[in-house]
This record gives sequence, structure tokens and C-alpha cells, in this order.
Amino acid sequence: MEYYKKRTLVFANSFVTEGYTVAGPKENDGRYKGFFDFALEDDMFAQNTFERAERKMFEHAIEGAIAKANLNERDIDALIAGDLLNQIVSASFAAKKCHTGFLGIYNACATFAESLLVGSAMLNNGLENVLCAAGSHFSTAERQYRYPLELGVLRSPVTQWTATGVGATVLSNRSDRRVPRVTRGTIGRVIDYGVMDVNNMGAAMAPSACDTLVTFFKDTQTQPSDYDVIYTGDLGKLGSDILMDLTAQEGYDVSEQLHDCGASLYWDEQQTYQGGSGAACSALVFNAVLLGRLRRGEYKKILLAGTGALMSPTTAFQGDSIPAITHLVEVTA
Amino acid sequence: MEANKEITRENYKAYVFEKMPKSSHWKNMLWAFVVGGTICTIGQAFIYLYSLWFNLQDASVLASATLVFIAAMLTGFGVYDVIGRFAGAGSTIPITGFSNAVVSPALEFRAEGYVYGVGAKMFLVAGPVIVNGVTISVIVALLTLLFGG
Repeated sequence: MEYYKKRTLVFANSFVTEGYTVAGPKENDGRYKGFFDFALEDDMFAQNTFERAERKMFEHAIEGAIAKANLNERDIDALIAGDLLNQIVSASFAAKKCHTGFLGIYNACATFAESLLVGSAMLNNGLENVLCAAGSHFSTAERQYRYPLELGVLRSPVTQWTATGVGATVLSNRSDRRVPRVTRGTIGRVIDYGVMDVNNMGAAMAPSACDTLVTFFKDTQTQPSDYDVIYTGDLGKLGSDILMDLTAQEGYDVSEQLHDCGASLYWDEQQTYQGGSGAACSALVFNAVLLGRLRRGEYKKILLAGTGALMSPTTAFQGDSIPAITHLVEVTA
Repeated sequence: MEANKEITRENYKAYVFEKMPKSSHWKNMLWAFVVGGTICTIGQAFIYLYSLWFNLQDASVLASATLVFIAAMLTGFGVYDVIGRFAGAGSTIPITGFSNAVVSPALEFRAEGYVYGVGAKMFLVAGPVIVNGVTISVIVALLTLLFGG
């Protein structure tokens, strides 16, 4: 595996065989209505708790992705997945039903991009098929990070809305068909600019997104204009604006290419303020939207930068600022 | 912050503060006034109603209990959080807000059972209010005792 002088990796044989998405009802009412493989009518998913519903979404996405790729569970060498709940229970419990090896990972909302990096690296080391998955659920995240659902509170205009959904991707080390490939990637590092406001995660994550993007451009000697689109995970509208300012300062103008999975997930009327957040954002948008556009040739080359805020309610209450991480993958049609 | 000034780790918070959308204080205050005022007017109406049968003190207690009951019902039906989203302090400060603060975690943590869920988490939001309320009342009572009220 070729390795640039810093943190950028090159992948020779990481084919994006198939993607599968399960989305919540609010997400399917959003801008990407009809793009998802399976949309829930009710975010309880016929379970008696929201945690079980999230788990069932993972199980459904794992089975769905394997079936859609015309594979058998035995063909999958490793499942690499994570979610936002404490001890990543949704992914781990869903993995109980799956007999393949399981690597549980957590990098908050950057988990999906992290799983693509880890998966691609493993394909380079001889595995044949890996399944990468990440997701989140509004109601489970809200309870863990914020308030009870029915508590009447005024939301700050910088808040985001945790997306409900799971996206799963099958990566393979060869392909009979012409499919998009994960060609390069940059491993993020943890950056903390001292933002304390847990509502304002876009501002907390933007410096880390800038760091990873600029590192990638420098390491690979590329420019933002070499890409059709650059999708960040869940910076939201404010975070994206900040990112444009920060990268411009480093000499890279991304304003033409930059989109945000979270900010584009909902319509303004859905009152999510800065847009969606959560591990589901990049997993949903990549598998449901970007993959199709790459296959149809609408995009030749894209960047997906998963952004994650790594705080917990405990660290926030204890007065610590919010560290953030951004992992980046380059996907070529 | 003036334009073209370099954004650094040190001035980042100030830069973000300047950039972020602000809550509209006048709009929030207006909604809080309208909704808070409406809740209090309804409370007053109940006091007048109950005064037909009870003395004023009993009528006030009954009116409060009625408001708490209505707020608990609205929380259960998923209406109170919608009101709170724009009313802010207008729906938090009256006694109805306290009802909402107790009922919403009780509903939320019902999934963990009656002991570790409802029992343990019911005062998750209202708990600090009670603790601080009791503490302050004790301090005020002591001061009154010492200096004479």
C-alpha cells in the first residue's frame, strides 16, 4: 500500500460493489425522497423501544446490502460498523445476527467515512468483501445527548437535527462490472479549537474538516477543482460557511464544490435549522445519492469528508471543549 | 471582527460568535409574553370558577392542580414540546412547565422499567430546580430568622 508522507493512503482495489439505505420517515420526506432503498413509516419500526428500532434498522441494512450485492453472508469477510449510542450497542447487537467477523468503530458522525477507510485498507490486505455500515436515530441520540423528547424547550438557531437512518456499503477487492472505487483517503486527526457550545457542532468540526481537506490536497497535489463535488458529513449551513472561510485562508477555494450531507438532507420547512447531523447523514447520502450519480457518470470523482464531534454529555458538563475529527475518502467513478 | 483578519485558534470563538445566526430576542420575548400570559389567564379563569364553590386559597390550589394536569396531558399527547419550541420561557416558567419537566422524562425512560427508568429518571430535569429551590428557601428563612422579617 502506497503511503504519502503524511496521512493519506492510496487504495488499489477497493470497489464499491453496492450500497443500501434505511431511512426514517422525516428523512424520506426530505430532499432525497424516494432515493432510499427502504423508508420507515414509523420511527419505532414495530419495536417497543427506540434503541431496538435503531438496532433493527442496522440488521435490515446489513441484510439488505448483502442481498442487493447478490452475495451470501458467508462471502462477507468482515463487518465494520458503528453508531452514536454508548458502547455502540446498535451496531454490536445487530452484528449478533451476522456470522462474519465484526469490527465495531466509533468516530461519532465520521464513523461511516472511517469504516470506508478501514474497509479499503483491509481489502488491500487480502480480504475479498467487507461490509461498512453506520447510522443513527433521532430519538435515541436526543435522549443520550440532550433532553427527553417531549420536553418543551426553545432550540438555538445553530442546532441540527439528528438524522434517522442506516447506510451500508459492500466493498470488494474485485469487480466484474465497472463500479466506483475508493481510490484514496486521508485519516483525520483530532482538532479542538475550544468551542464549548454543544449546540454548535458545525463550528466545532469545521477546523478539523479544513485540516483533513487541506492535508489531502497537499499530499496528493490536487485542487478542489479536480473534483465534481466535495461532500462534508454534517457541518450544517454555518459549519460549511466557516469551512469555506478556513480553506480560503489556506489557499483552497472549495465554494464551488462544497456540499454538506446533513444540510442537504431536509427542506427548510422541516425546521431542522442548520440541517441534519448524526452518523446517518453521510451514510445515507453516500449510498442513496452519490453512489448512483457516480455509476451514471454524472460525477467522475468526488470527495466525502465525514465529520465527527467527539464529545460526550459528561465531558460537556465537566466544562471541556469539543474535539472533532474528519476522515476523507476519494471515490472515483 | 474586521474582514481579511486571519482566523486562528485564539480568535476562533469570537469569529464563530460573529458568524452565527442569533436568536431573535424580541420575537422570543413576544411569544413568551403571549403564551405565558395565556397560561396565567387560563389559571386565573380557573380560580374564578373554583371560587364559586371554595374559598380563594383552596380555589388557587385547585387551579394550579388543574393546570398541572392539563400540561401533563398535553405532554403525553406530544403537544407541549411543540408549544415550548417557540414559547420558550413562556411555557417553562409557569407551573405547567414544571409538569412538563417531570412527565417528559417519565415517559422517555418508561422503557427502562418503573424502578430504574421512571423512578430514577423522573426528576432528571426538575430535580435541580427542587434542590436549588429548597436550598434558597432555607437560606432566606435563616436570614429572616436572624435579621427579623
